[in-house]
Amino acid sequence: MTADPKGVLTGIHFLDGDHAACEGALAAGCRFVSGYPITPSTEVVERFAQRIPMVGGVFIQMEDELAASITMLGAVWGGKKVMTVTSGPGLSLMMEHLGLAYITEAPCVFIDVQRGGPSTGLPTLPAQADMMQVKWGSHGDYEIIALCPNSPQECFDLTIKAFNLSEQWRVPVFLMMDEVVGHMTERVVIPEASEIEITERRWTKKAPGDYRPFEACADGVPAMTKAGEGHRIHVTGLTHDERGWPALTPKSQDKLIRRLTNKIRDNADALTDIREEECEGADVIVVSYGITSRVASSAVLQARAQGLKVGHARLVVAWPFPTTRIAYLATQCRAMVVPELNLGQMVHEVSRAVAGSVPVLLVDHAGGTVHEPQVILDRILEAAR
Amino acid sequence: MVSTGIRIGGLGGQGVILSGIILGKAASIFDGRNATLIQAFGPEARGSACSAQVTIADDPVAYPYVQNPDVLVVMSADAYTQFIPTLKPEGLLLYEEELVTPKDLPPGVKAYGIPATRIAEELGRRLVLNIVMVGFFAGVTGVVSLVAAEKALLSSVPKGTESLNLNAFRRGYEHGRSLVAAA
Repeated sequence: MTADPKGVLTGIHFLDGDHAACEGALAAGCRFVSGYPITPSTEVVERFAQRIPMVGGVFIQMEDELAASITMLGAVWGGKKVMTVTSGPGLSLMMEHLGLAYITEAPCVFIDVQRGGPSTGLPTLPAQADMMQVKWGSHGDYEIIALCPNSPQECFDLTIKAFNLSEQWRVPVFLMMDEVVGHMTERVVIPEASEIEITERRWTKKAPGDYRPFEACADGVPAMTKAGEGHRIHVTGLTHDERGWPALTPKSQDKLIRRLTNKIRDNADALTDIREEECEGADVIVVSYGITSRVASSAVLQARAQGLKVGHARLVVAWPFPTTRIAYLATQCRAMVVPELNLGQMVHEVSRAVAGSVPVLLVDHAGGTVHEPQVILDRILEAAR
Repeated sequence: MVSTGIRIGGLGGQGVILSGIILGKAASIFDGRNATLIQAFGPEARGSACSAQVTIADDPVAYPYVQNPDVLVVMSADAYTQFIPTLKPEGLLLYEEELVTPKDLPPGVKAYGIPATRIAEELGRRLVLNIVMVGFFAGVTGVVSLVAAEKALLSSVPKGTESLNLNAFRRGYEHGRSLVAAA
């Protein structure tokens, strides 16, 4: 189906990434946000709070991030498309409810506008240092999807994709922005509502007596209902059976947790979204994501101007990690260079995928600004030797 | 590929960021080029150092920061002191001449001043000094077209203030044109 025109601000705009992400959420059909505003993500909820009364929906400013993330999960079972928005310090508090969202298969979107950490760190300055936290920060085995926009236009486009994926797979989906992308202003084209594809929630067609809220369809994903439709539902963070009732045995644990993780693991290749440029037969391939990909582009162009064959692979989907594709790209080059605004996170995944077949060189940065293109260029030259 | 890096510096409350938004919007929406705006400001609501970096280019902008601007626009003495060392050797300085005294100007730099605050006061609202500066920028540099800048301006200011802002813009623009013609 296509987007509800009420939420779509069709036109050509000059927007920052935070505002563009908000418009993406509205276009995707998000009608409930509970948040606890935090720099540098505040503008997302500020705009949502301003726009949502005209579109028809709810914004609640909660007392903290724990409240924001649990309130969002309540609204899922009230039938809404939902989102919460935060940055590192808030994300840490939300880890508990990330796990709850996962085990209860609540379709929801977390926007994380990354800033320098740990702790309160650098409130107004960028980093990409939450990449591992979203994958591993909640306890237990789980899988999420994480998207990495590198422009305000992509903040709009990928927020829509985030909502669609969350509905398709019933997993929490993260939009991994950073302070620079969040506060950078560029042209953003918002199409007509009729041109925006929206994934509707998979509502059950079963009668109340027949419906089991956690009975998987063929693709491993159960159909949903919402409170008040007459279906009996029980939603718990405990390991549960198809009825949603606690089932605290090794057997039910194995069945449930394998099904949940396999929804994503079995579809990792289909979920892969890498934008590749001149990677076939390259000497060096730069693997980047988010804002760093734009800095890397400058370095890649300079390296090519010096006669080097340099490819660039940009991860639009960071989680699930595109292991198969990165392993293939390693067969196309002699070395890989991974710049990121942290002291080494996604580089571990690249190394794991490459499995020692080519050297993988990290270009790290503790955050606070972006790399100097020259630093990435130097590493490309080193890798090409 | 033509690319112009612009740094606009001043104090929080002077409308520094809005100036950058109008220039970026003019270029990327109404002139059909590309523009990227990066903003930097302190946690204070008013009075802190504040700056906007705008890159206007024919091709999409990859690296978003302006390390060495082609054009530096300053509306405070502090901004001048802070950013003048970053201006390109043959760069262009545009300054509010009653707030900034360009001391130790690097050789090769062209500088044009305007009493933007005074002009804004003559128009009745000191608040529009940033718009006078935007007009001045358009008049001196031609980096954004007159038509595009006016459209961007009108779509960026609050309803009911259009004629005030347009007057401020045009006063700045004409001042810029006359200085360039005389140079």
